[in-house]
Amino acid sequence: MVCDVCKTNQSTVFLTQIVDGKMQKVNLCESCSKEKGVTDPTGFALADLLLGLGKNQDIEKGGPIQKCPVCGFSQADFKKTGRLGCAHCYEIFSDNLASLLKAMHKGTDHIGKVPARVLRTLEADAKMKDLERSLEKAVRAEDYESAAEIRDQIKQLETRIQS
Amino acid sequence: MKIPEILSNAGEWAGGEGPYHQIVISSRVRLARNLKNHSFPGWAKKAERLQILDEIKPVVEDLPEMGDAFSEYLQDLSALEKQVLVERHLISREHAAKGAGSAVVMNRKQTLSIMINEEDHLRMQALRCGLQLKSTFKMLDKVDSALDGKLDFAFHPSLGYLTACPTNVGTGMRASAMVHLPALVLSEQINQVIQAVNKIGLAVRGLHGEGTEAMGNLFQVSNQITLGEKEEEIVGRLNKVIEQVIEHEQNARQMLLQKKLSTLRDQIGRGYGILTHGYSITSKEALNLLSFMKLGVDLSFFPEACGAAVDELFIETQPAHLQKGSQQKLAAEERDSLRAGIIRDKLKSFPKPDITTPKPERNGPKERDDE
Repeated sequence: MVCDVCKTNQSTVFLTQIVDGKMQKVNLCESCSKEKGVTDPTGFALADLLLGLGKNQDIEKGGPIQKCPVCGFSQADFKKTGRLGCAHCYEIFSDNLASLLKAMHKGTDHIGKVPARVLRTLEADAKMKDLERSLEKAVRAEDYESAAEIRDQIKQLETRIQS
Repeated sequence: MKIPEILSNAGEWAGGEGPYHQIVISSRVRLARNLKNHSFPGWAKKAERLQILDEIKPVVEDLPEMGDAFSEYLQDLSALEKQVLVERHLISREHAAKGAGSAVVMNRKQTLSIMINEEDHLRMQALRCGLQLKSTFKMLDKVDSALDGKLDFAFHPSLGYLTACPTNVGTGMRASAMVHLPALVLSEQINQVIQAVNKIGLAVRGLHGEGTEAMGNLFQVSNQITLGEKEEEIVGRLNKVIEQVIEHEQNARQMLLQKKLSTLRDQIGRGYGILTHGYSITSKEALNLLSFMKLGVDLSFFPEACGAAVDELFIETQPAHLQKGSQQKLAAEERDSLRAGIIRDKLKSFPKPDITTPKPERNGPKERDDE
């Protein structure tokens, strides 16, 4: 079995951890297990590894720590505080957050209230797609009169969205 | 309006006349919201926090619900004033620790309180007495919609409202009820109930929320999940669970009356004895004994008219509330003796518990949550 971290050496350390009733398994080679401090099993959280703090490639290449370009918040900050820096962090760290949110909540999709402003935009977007489809249809049918009408409607909607 | 005025009246939610008010002290809903283009308060530098505050505070003060509001910067409140607000559940303990860059705006009735730059840019909460989760949510939802028209909230199409802590993302809503469960504690069924409630994804906590001890047989039951469930579903589910907890508590009370009458008499009698004759009482002891006085009123050991005095003492005997009536800073022992004095005084007109004839439990208001 190949090591889950370096993906080259044969693994000699096999870890099984149960977090929230879910079993997680990790196989490591000797050098990677030392690097991760797995020699002390109590000080090692498998979840950290899986949640991305040990994004293995980054560490191996000595790559830059992922930071939010908007507010400068890093993964290490999240690890420390358990809070995020700004709304954009949710996009930046989305990969790592996904599993966390899944474990915490009932699903990963919000189905509750939507701000009126967002709702209006969503409706306008749907309407726009509708109009674009009708325009295409009209053009294909060489019904240029309708096409011109639809194009006017699209223009109107565009100015409304922009305002 | 200034804080002494706020303190002079207890606030509508503490009045104790809502549905099931014997068991459900209060219903609370809070919503967390953030502005789209600013860092969350915990990460933003002071200058940005002040900017956020300038953006939000006037809009909040403009709400029709805040017509006669109390609005104050946190740095302008004394430690004591902050503590009083915490004891009334009007601001969180975390918010009380804040200084420049944070503010609180609340209405005169103390049923709506909006914290600015707590963990999130906006933490708004509505508070009502008794079991009124649905109408409490509706009231707050209206406030949220009004603010939404004027502030650009951080919202993600699939994650919902974005919050500093991922545990609140989605609806940003935490709904909770404060329940008084002395009979479940006395009959040692409380752990079973807590476990059952935990199992269905609801949290049971102490008097002041997360990480606090349960005192005075008071527990806070709230939702944990904020993502993947609609607000109305969360509130409805919580409401149903609370109704079941009420039923369990009522059954436990009947059981005590029928099978453990001497235990019940003993607890109520001891509560009465110590509270009416003690000269030094800590706030924890006061809460625990007052809990049995409240139970005594509910079970007709005391006349119903005595209930208000007990409810008032629950709030008035908390440390900061005691301190505020005093000119100089009181040491803990001084507070304990002052507390005992206030209690003795208030219970002076209380008759001895009527333990001769066990009576059936007073029927609580039968109406359900208002819809």
